[in-house]
Amino acid sequence: MGGLEKKKYERGSATNYITRNKARKKLQLSLADFRRLCILKGIYPHEPKHKKKVNKGSTAARTFYLLKDIKFLLHEPIVNKFREYKVFVRKLRKAYGKSEWNTVERLKDNKPSYKLDHIIKERYPTFIDALRDLDDALSMCFLFATFPRTGKCHVQTIQLCRRLTVEFLNYIIASRSLRKVFLSIKGIYYQAEVLGQPITWIAPYAFAHDHPTDVDYRVMATFTEFYTTLLGFVNFRLYQSLNLHYPPKIEGQAEAEWKPEEGQMYAMDSESYMEKLSALSASLTRVVAPNPEDEVQVDEFPVDGESAEQEVARKKEQEAVEKQKKLFEGLRFFLNREVPREPIAFIIRCFGGSVSWDKSVCIGATYDVRDPTITHQIVDRPSLEKQVIGRYYLQPQWVFDSVNAKMCLPVADYFPGVLLPPHLSPFVSEKDGDYIPPEKLKLLALQRGENPAEESGEEEEEDSGDDDDEGSEKEGDGKLKKLEEQRSQGKKLPVKVSAGTVRLEDKQRAAQEEQSEEKRLAIMMMKKREKYLYQKIMFGKKRKVREATRLAEKRKAHDAATKSEKKTKKVRRE
Amino acid sequence: MERAGGSRRLSIPSTQVLEEQAQESDDLTDSEESIYSGLEDSGSDSSTEEEEAEDQGNGDEGTLKGSSLSKKAQAGVASQKKEQGQCQSLEAESMPSAQQDLPRRDEYEEDTSDEEDVRNTVGNIPMEWYQDYPHVGYDLDGKRIYKPIRTKDELDKFLDKMENPDYWRTVQDKLTGVDVRLTDEQVELVQRLQKGQFGDVHLNPYEPAVDFFSSQVMIHPVTNRPADKRSFIPSLLEKEKVSKLVHAIKMGWIKPRKPKEDTPSYYDLWAQEDPNSILGRHKMHVPAPKLRLPGHEESYNPPPEYLLSEEEKLAWAQQEAAERKLNFLPQQYRCLRAVPAYARFIHERFERCLDLYLCPRQRKMRVNVDPEDLIPKLPKPRDLQPFPTTQALVYCGHTGLVRCLSISPSGQWLVSGSDDGTVRFWEVSSARCMKTLPVEGVVKSIAWNPNPAVCLVAVAVEQSVLLVNPGLGDKLLYGATDQLIEAYKPPEEERLQPVTWAVAAGAEHSRGVRLIIRHGKPVKQVTWHPRGDYLASVLADDSHTQVLIHQASKRWSQSPFRRSKGQVQCVLFHPLRPFFFVATQRYVRLYNLLKQELAKKLLTNCKWVSSMAIHPAGDNLICGSYDSKLAWFDLDLSTKPYRVLRHHKKALRSVAFHKHYPLFASGSDDGSVIVCHGMVYNDLLQNPLIVPVKVLKGHAPTRDLGVLDVLFHPTQPWLFSSGADATIRLFA
Repeated sequence: MGGLEKKKYERGSATNYITRNKARKKLQLSLADFRRLCILKGIYPHEPKHKKKVNKGSTAARTFYLLKDIKFLLHEPIVNKFREYKVFVRKLRKAYGKSEWNTVERLKDNKPSYKLDHIIKERYPTFIDALRDLDDALSMCFLFATFPRTGKCHVQTIQLCRRLTVEFLNYIIASRSLRKVFLSIKGIYYQAEVLGQPITWIAPYAFAHDHPTDVDYRVMATFTEFYTTLLGFVNFRLYQSLNLHYPPKIEGQAEAEWKPEEGQMYAMDSESYMEKLSALSASLTRVVAPNPEDEVQVDEFPVDGESAEQEVARKKEQEAVEKQKKLFEGLRFFLNREVPREPIAFIIRCFGGSVSWDKSVCIGATYDVRDPTITHQIVDRPSLEKQVIGRYYLQPQWVFDSVNAKMCLPVADYFPGVLLPPHLSPFVSEKDGDYIPPEKLKLLALQRGENPAEESGEEEEEDSGDDDDEGSEKEGDGKLKKLEEQRSQGKKLPVKVSAGTVRLEDKQRAAQEEQSEEKRLAIMMMKKREKYLYQKIMFGKKRKVREATRLAEKRKAHDAATKSEKKTKKVRRE
Repeated sequence: MERAGGSRRLSIPSTQVLEEQAQESDDLTDSEESIYSGLEDSGSDSSTEEEEAEDQGNGDEGTLKGSSLSKKAQAGVASQKKEQGQCQSLEAESMPSAQQDLPRRDEYEEDTSDEEDVRNTVGNIPMEWYQDYPHVGYDLDGKRIYKPIRTKDELDKFLDKMENPDYWRTVQDKLTGVDVRLTDEQVELVQRLQKGQFGDVHLNPYEPAVDFFSSQVMIHPVTNRPADKRSFIPSLLEKEKVSKLVHAIKMGWIKPRKPKEDTPSYYDLWAQEDPNSILGRHKMHVPAPKLRLPGHEESYNPPPEYLLSEEEKLAWAQQEAAERKLNFLPQQYRCLRAVPAYARFIHERFERCLDLYLCPRQRKMRVNVDPEDLIPKLPKPRDLQPFPTTQALVYCGHTGLVRCLSISPSGQWLVSGSDDGTVRFWEVSSARCMKTLPVEGVVKSIAWNPNPAVCLVAVAVEQSVLLVNPGLGDKLLYGATDQLIEAYKPPEEERLQPVTWAVAAGAEHSRGVRLIIRHGKPVKQVTWHPRGDYLASVLADDSHTQVLIHQASKRWSQSPFRRSKGQVQCVLFHPLRPFFFVATQRYVRLYNLLKQELAKKLLTNCKWVSSMAIHPAGDNLICGSYDSKLAWFDLDLSTKPYRVLRHHKKALRSVAFHKHYPLFASGSDDGSVIVCHGMVYNDLLQNPLIVPVKVLKGHAPTRDLGVLDVLFHPTQPWLFSSGADATIRLFA
């Protein structure tokens, strides 16, 4: 015995955490500043394993930060900038109150500002780290780029967001790294593969926002402040990796040519350049002109522990990706006015197609509607008055579906005014046991090189034939029954002898039953904890199966309904 | 002084003025000094302290201030010419000249000096100090000024009020105590002041304003002052300052402000990236999880099965936002043109932001196991045969629930006791009821003598234990048993016994009952020693005599325990050694009968033990409990259960071991019997193997009771079970 008495909560997990208020006091910051700092530095609360222990025996709801995180914030230069800013605001207010306009001017000139470069480097020590965390940054910047230039936040921020997103899109076009696109009801999802990292972002549809009142725009603005810095540096690095100029320069023409011609007042120079860039129709200049001969065939070494099959599959996949990159190569698209120009132009350009639009829609149109070389015209209206022979008129979904299918889909389903096939999410990869919609099955067959269209047609025919057969069978049955009844009525006997049925022992079923009982008995012998876990897993599995069957049944019912509807229509027509 | 007076003229409360005026009018005939002295004092009452101090210095000057109250008073003032100059200069300071003109003009108009001086020299004191005196102060000669004789009581006052037409304009001067009637001018002044007008009738507050300093530049200057010289020559001071600035600019000390760069500049931030640096990051860093990617249901044109039906939509709308599986309603649009903006886009981005910086993060260990791996690998039941698998026979005949079962050592006969008050003997192979023995009450327990040489059944009925000779099987055998019982010779000396032994006679004897052991209390259980001479009975009692051991051959009983250790549930003899198990609610005690001591106390971990059975080798014990647990004890291993099995859903009623096969069974209220393979190895190091092999169902649960007793056939792998549905079933 002996020694010092051990006090509670002075070691262990209780000392590793700090509550939010204590952290705030330690940093001597107001709550708003603390939050801003947390956002910029990427500090987040932690959920301790044993909350009561950390909370010193109390069960009150508190947010805990790691003490290390807070200590790490202590010597952050930005904290001082925050304090300076506070003083600046105080001085400014005072000067305003005294109507000392000279002082106001002077103070405004010396407004304290900070840079986030070091924080970016700190949070993302390697470039790959930054790429991995780019999803939220992109989505946020795409959202802010669509905000109106008045009101919610600074115009500079919005312009910067727009610039950065356009630069990023141009990079994606130049590197041809777009992989998947998805038209959701929320917006358009894009997935690109940049340096092996999948980057997914969502862009809203181009409509004015109905700005909600219960959203704190200051928080969003702080995030955007960080994200724009991140995206700027990432863009720089990405452009550098492709030997492109940064800030981007449009290929082919000298800058002077881009200036508006005399008498054609378009906009300010800087703006017109930006708009041309955002038209996404022109490619960018490179620092060093690419030489196709320079592209060296990369030697491939088998990865350790990879079987031949895997290797083959990997090669196949690579080939498919290469093929996908050239999906629209050689195709010339024209976008009608009603089609959302930017997303579709971006997608087409990402896969090597050339695209143009009506001059009145946007700057940067490269050819006219009347161009005979146009192969596809994207329209989104029920019918067209005048159609030019030699090009397909297609709905925009064709572009999206083709990209996801990694092949140019048959165009018949996508003609204007046609009821479109369902648009499937490319992000879902079904495992066995999951429900797979029939459209996906069809698509998979198509990708394998089969032609399911014919089959389905046959099936339909067969189906109709079956129906007929069934009908006749039923009729036949009815006749037989009637005959029998007539016969039995003819000679009624009081005694009835029923033939004994042979009880067949279904061996398979018996074996199955035995097995299942065995399993049941074995489950009885499980330990309590394992049993709990097992039951939980089984519950989850069952739920999944239930969900899948529910969807399948729904589909079946829907198909039956549409079929019957068709039939009635047919009948009516006849 | 004058300034104060002037200000008072505007701001003086109307009552004060009223008093002053009253005094004035009252003393109209007095000398002017006397009036003004009075006024002066009353004025000083209301004015500031500073004024008061000045008052004492030049008392007469105060009159002027009073004069500004009314024209008449001012006239009085004018007589004192010597102060005039002084006061005018003071006035000039404070008052606009336009205002001053009026009083100045009137100054000498009404110069009367025939007013008598009755100046009260009492000083500036509260006049209530003189309340109790007949006088109110002293005049200049030091004589008392007496108060006017007042004999007015309330009635007089009232009459005065009624009759005097000037009552409303009569006020009392506090200083002299005289009633003063206000003149018309004074009344008018008061009224004007009450209305908030200027006291002076001649003052015009709405005089046309002359805008001197307007925007229009006149040809004539306002002042005729010539310009200074300094306005013509350059300033030396300024020159010095400018030259300093010029010098500073020349020397490069002052630079023009740089235009601010608002466009951020980017550079290759990761030029020297160090993958090993984790800088501020530590092991505890939890990267934010990415957002879930959208599924088919989020498409603008999803497959029809992903659209919600009307009921599902309703359910979705009624759910809490946090509970919903999807945070949006799947929609179908026929073309891209028809897709509207998503209203919650900003919300969702904002929620993501909140999640990123406010949501506490924690690493969760995902269990990634194949559920099949969790199932223990047990030998297949097929390899553990034989065990009862199917129901072979049903023994029908009882009308009440069948509480207990027992089987003859040969395995040919089965005996059962029921709540209908009968004991029935059955032939096992044919399910025939051979014999029915009516008893007077519920049969709680029944036990066939395990000794094959003796044909005797112990039956616990109410408060007695009947020893019955069934008279089945070999006639020699049961005849020998009868002879054995009859050969009993009572001992010479009568010993004191806790029970009474009685020999059955008459009808009972003819039915087969041979001996009756009468206990004082109801008997719960009866069990034989394996040798077949001793039997133990358990009473429903809390005393130390709840367990009794009887010796059938000597017709002798004894109570083995001196003290009660709780309510005994059941007792059991060890099959080989002289041990005796006693199960109370929670513990099983093992007594050594030879040494007469407690050998072991087993902790069952159950709430209420219901039954107990011992492995024929004698080293393993199973305990069934009402909290649906079955505990397997390895007596060599520990006092705690080696295994606790929770196979049944409801309370266990009975458990049984097979004599030869490694089988044990448990019957429960849920109507099922579970047969388990319970292999005990001779090797002490190997633990017993317990494998459930069969769940037997047949008994229908009646009144929340299922199976009440289970029993194995002594030689065959057959199982008997008796249930609350009044049947006995044989599973083979």
